[in-house]
Amino acid sequence: MLDVLIQLLPSVLLEGLILGFVYAMIALGYTMVYGVLELINFAHSEIFMSGAIAGAETFILLKSVVPNAFLLLTLAVLIGGGVAALVAILVERLAYRPLRKRGTTNRLVPLITAIGVSFFLQDLARLIEGLWHNAFYRRYPTFNVFEKSYTIPNLIGYLVIAITLLVFFWVLIYFFDWLYKTLAKGKAGLGPRTRWYAAAALTLLFLVLYRAIIFTDLGMTIQMKSILVIVVSLAMLYGLNWLVHKTKLGIAIRAVAQDMQTAALMGIDPDTIISRTFLIGGFLGGVAGVLFGLLYTLVHPYVGFIPGIKAFTAAVLGGIGNITGAAVGGLVLGMLEMLGGTYLTFLTDGAMGTEYKDILAFAILIFILLFRPQGIIGQQLGEKV
Amino acid sequence: MKKLRENPALLSLIIAVSAVVFGYWLLKNPSSTLAFLFTLGTLLAAFLQPIPRWLKVLVGGAILLLILPIAGFKNSFLFELGIQTGIYSAMALGLNVVVGLAGLLDLGYAAFFAVGAYTWAIFGSSQANNFMPWKIFPLPGAYFYLFMLVAVVMAAITGVIIGSPALRLKGDYLAIVTLGLGEMVRVLANNLDHPINITNGPQGITPIQRPPIDWFIAIFDKFGIHMSRAEAYPLFFYLLVLVIIGIVTLVNFNLDRSRFGRAWIAIREDEIAARAMGIPLLPTKLLAFATGASFSGAMGALFAAKQLYVSPESFTLIQSIMILVMVILGGMGSIPGAILGAATVTILNVDLLKAASDYLNDLRNAGFTLDLGFFKYNFANLPNQLEPAKYERMVFGLILILMMIYRPEGILPERRHVIEMKEEA
Repeated sequence: MLDVLIQLLPSVLLEGLILGFVYAMIALGYTMVYGVLELINFAHSEIFMSGAIAGAETFILLKSVVPNAFLLLTLAVLIGGGVAALVAILVERLAYRPLRKRGTTNRLVPLITAIGVSFFLQDLARLIEGLWHNAFYRRYPTFNVFEKSYTIPNLIGYLVIAITLLVFFWVLIYFFDWLYKTLAKGKAGLGPRTRWYAAAALTLLFLVLYRAIIFTDLGMTIQMKSILVIVVSLAMLYGLNWLVHKTKLGIAIRAVAQDMQTAALMGIDPDTIISRTFLIGGFLGGVAGVLFGLLYTLVHPYVGFIPGIKAFTAAVLGGIGNITGAAVGGLVLGMLEMLGGTYLTFLTDGAMGTEYKDILAFAILIFILLFRPQGIIGQQLGEKV
Repeated sequence: MKKLRENPALLSLIIAVSAVVFGYWLLKNPSSTLAFLFTLGTLLAAFLQPIPRWLKVLVGGAILLLILPIAGFKNSFLFELGIQTGIYSAMALGLNVVVGLAGLLDLGYAAFFAVGAYTWAIFGSSQANNFMPWKIFPLPGAYFYLFMLVAVVMAAITGVIIGSPALRLKGDYLAIVTLGLGEMVRVLANNLDHPINITNGPQGITPIQRPPIDWFIAIFDKFGIHMSRAEAYPLFFYLLVLVIIGIVTLVNFNLDRSRFGRAWIAIREDEIAARAMGIPLLPTKLLAFATGASFSGAMGALFAAKQLYVSPESFTLIQSIMILVMVILGGMGSIPGAILGAATVTILNVDLLKAASDYLNDLRNAGFTLDLGFFKYNFANLPNQLEPAKYERMVFGLILILMMIYRPEGILPERRHVIEMKEEA
């Protein structure tokens, strides 16, 4: 039993990593909008969905025209991202801006609007797809280039597992340390360096145990499309971080996020900046949608709901409004979900299966919100009175 | 229009005449959607316009207790519509306490409906034999009334269980957590068929016992009206729903004016100020949650008995959103608004969208050609994906967006809410 559990672990971790990157990409959109408007953009899951469907249409339409699969993917990513960005801007212009102009103090009003937009877009996509093809399920074509599996060399495999485990253990230790400090008030807890040492020790222990029990090669394989997901999402994270911290637009976005009125006094037009924020978040969501479609092949108008809510959980888990936080949250959630989904069946002897992995995500969300609302990374903010 | 309002006698006359005309039309033509809508419109007008009270009661009683039941015998769809409207009205009134009065956005409201429905479904069918030692199930139908109370208690307990972590959170977070917890209840209902079979999983539970109605039939027999059991059940449920709506409305009106109602409104308006005034936040919010949940639980038990069948499919997010749409449409915090919203959305969803679908289907099957001279369209080419009945999400979404942009206080607003919604930031 234990050897089965341990033998499965590398592939589970890898799957979790890939899933985590998908969540991280979607979470960026939630985080961007929340950072600026303090609004949970429920419609972001549908913006993601519109990107996925637009990508599917691009693939299907251009498959016979464009010979190269990578060129085709680039086109699909651009078109999917573009369509999603357009949808995001339109949503902001038509639904959120009128509310902002009226200036209501009621916090429920924008939230209810966002829910309405989300439901409206689901059926709008269904209507368009239904009128166009008379069917609303679209399947991504498969390409041998993307499906091809590559063996990961043992050394790199161990390295990836080691880094993943290190970060994972670090988060766990950080969390329990924080819990300990909160519960036992006044106790010092672990220092930052001790946390890393402890995580490293656990990782090393695990790797040694793994080597001792299994004795064989890791034999990990990864598909081309998964590599693409990892590469693109890393690029997105890096790019967004650069954009927000190093460019003029980024400074303007941060200014509006901090204080809209003062930013306006400094010559920044908040409406333009908010519109651009939606554009960026929407584009990233659309790209995530195309890659999601490439990974899981089947897309439909209701495909956004579950990944959307998971990505929101990831954003909260990492600390909403924080770009690095979204990435960390996505990765941790993806891992936990894969671990839970795989091992729950084993541990409960078949009584609880993978069906409960969605519940796991919600349980994490509630737990985080109750005990550490600022997320893993993120500062505690005082309540505005 | 203004002149008309100042002339109650003329207004009363118009309403009385239209009640008679439209009621007669509906009786002659029970399957006409238009007649039905006009009759309901008269009912609404009688309620809203400043006419004498006795006339309001007379018109309301005549339409609800006489015209609709008699027309319902010729077209049993009217009963179905009435019962569903009633069930959703009670649920909208329950959600109104949570969203409208206390200002807590609950997106998992269907979960309590599920708890109520499963409470009676499990014990009112042979399902409970799977995990209970005594092989006495299904319980006889007379236990239904007891189990309605049990469902109320169960739903209230679930409300407290769900609420005690969730209600510590603020606005947006509360919404998404209740959404998650609502989904959790559905996932549990879907998967609790193993290791112990409690909910029978996705297959659902059927058949469920109904309350006995021999006494009900006997009463009508005395007046010379003879009904078979199949005919009597819709009427019975229709009248039961009317009674429940009456009770629920009464409870709601009293809650609104009670200490708790004022505490809820205070929390909705300003949490920090409310706390400073000595209102304990969490218990008060929990009470709102449990009150709203209990209405939903009672209707769940009724739904199970009416439907004879319960499955997790009936308690999805779209149900929660539908009830939210009812509350928003009518006006958050407004009791007549909640009922009006429930009636509008139910009729739209159950009747009008289906009617539009049928109409389009007829056009398609007949191969009707629209010819505007410059524009020609043959309806036979219409894709069969275009079925309005399947686009309820679009309709609900559109209602939510438009209401929030143009009339956030709802159709029949609560007075206090208008001031708040129109306030400048």
